[in-house]
Amino acid sequence: MKNLTALAAGAALLASLGLASAAEIKVGIDNFTFNPQDVKVKAGDTVVWTNNDDIPHTVASPAHQIRSKPLDTGDSFSFTFTTPGEFKYFCSLHPHMTGRIVVEAATGDNGAK
Amino acid sequence: MSAHDEDHGPSRRKVLECMTWAGTGVLWTVAGGVPTAVGLLDEAMAQEVKGFTFLQISDSHMGFDKPANPNAKGTLEEAIARVKSAPGNPAFMIHTGDISHLSKASEFDDAEKIISQARLDVHYVPGEHDILDDEQGKLYRDRYGRGTKGPGYYSFDANGVHFVGLVNVVDLKGGGLGHLGNDQLEWLEDDLKSRSASQPVVVFAHIPLWTVYPEWGWGTEDGAQALAYLKRFGSVTVLNGHIHQVMQKVEGNVTFHTARSTAFPQPAPGAAPSPGPMKVADDKLRTMLGTASITFRQNEQRLAIVDTPLKA
Repeated sequence: MKNLTALAAGAALLASLGLASAAEIKVGIDNFTFNPQDVKVKAGDTVVWTNNDDIPHTVASPAHQIRSKPLDTGDSFSFTFTTPGEFKYFCSLHPHMTGRIVVEAATGDNGAK
Repeated sequence: MSAHDEDHGPSRRKVLECMTWAGTGVLWTVAGGVPTAVGLLDEAMAQEVKGFTFLQISDSHMGFDKPANPNAKGTLEEAIARVKSAPGNPAFMIHTGDISHLSKASEFDDAEKIISQARLDVHYVPGEHDILDDEQGKLYRDRYGRGTKGPGYYSFDANGVHFVGLVNVVDLKGGGLGHLGNDQLEWLEDDLKSRSASQPVVVFAHIPLWTVYPEWGWGTEDGAQALAYLKRFGSVTVLNGHIHQVMQKVEGNVTFHTARSTAFPQPAPGAAPSPGPMKVADDKLRTMLGTASITFRQNEQRLAIVDTPLKA
């Protein structure tokens, strides 16, 4: 599991905000595709990408300063989305691979969706 | 610029009439600057190939150990052993990228250890797998980038042929293809500007400069701009890797050619849900891996590209 620090930071932030436990959303990377390609989350949720291909991929969104290390087979990358908005991303090795995370404002009853 | 400057006028140029290929490879000839396939190359003809020859090796993927080829190191060693025992006297080798699988120092070390056994100068360009370090290619540039510009592009002359190594794997944009960028394109335009149109040009880069299959990212979004600068030249050969299979196309005076990998095959465009390492039967693997040899015959204005698999 890469980027434990990001997770920890996200968790700390959530704790300080007193929010209910945030969700963890999984996105697979299969056959050069982010799966699912379009994901809706609430602010505070963490998205975990896992590469299931036999070739490395990355998760990159330069506009939002998101850049995973290269993920070899079985590697994961986590990012906690704290700000609402639309986050388009792609694989910086294979840029035809694109995906999108839409982050909605946390409503307070985050865990109950 | 020397002997190649003599004028091979357009009247001597022949249009490509036919193209034949199968099995071990194709023999290309260039009459007055236009490549023409003259037929299937068999081993006997390969023995006769004389003139200025260089080799292309690609996609070594040191560090790759997945089912499609658990021993990519071993197949690179086999490829280099074949290079050493090949007929002719190659002047040097070009490597069209993906030397490593994950840009690790140990992977570059392994590649160096094996490839240097060929005892040939090697001119490299990076693949996207070679710039995965935190500083996006510093390891590559430290090792292979001496005398190059930006992320590692450069040109040189050998035996009257102008060689240009381009980098189309950095700063890729979401939803896009391979990318050269304005700085590199300006440099290329400048690099070619003062050259005689009769000088043969060889351009090499990792991702195909032509659009092979955009659905899989197999193309370069600003490749057409680079090709525009090359249009006036009588003989242009574009050598790429990345797709791990032999593909060729001739457009006007430009011959496009991609080389096999020494590590693992990939499916033909559209023949699978996605690109990526393709597992084939063990006894078939070596027929899908290999290297290429390119020969210029100065006096006859002939160019031959021969693809040699590790196993026929």
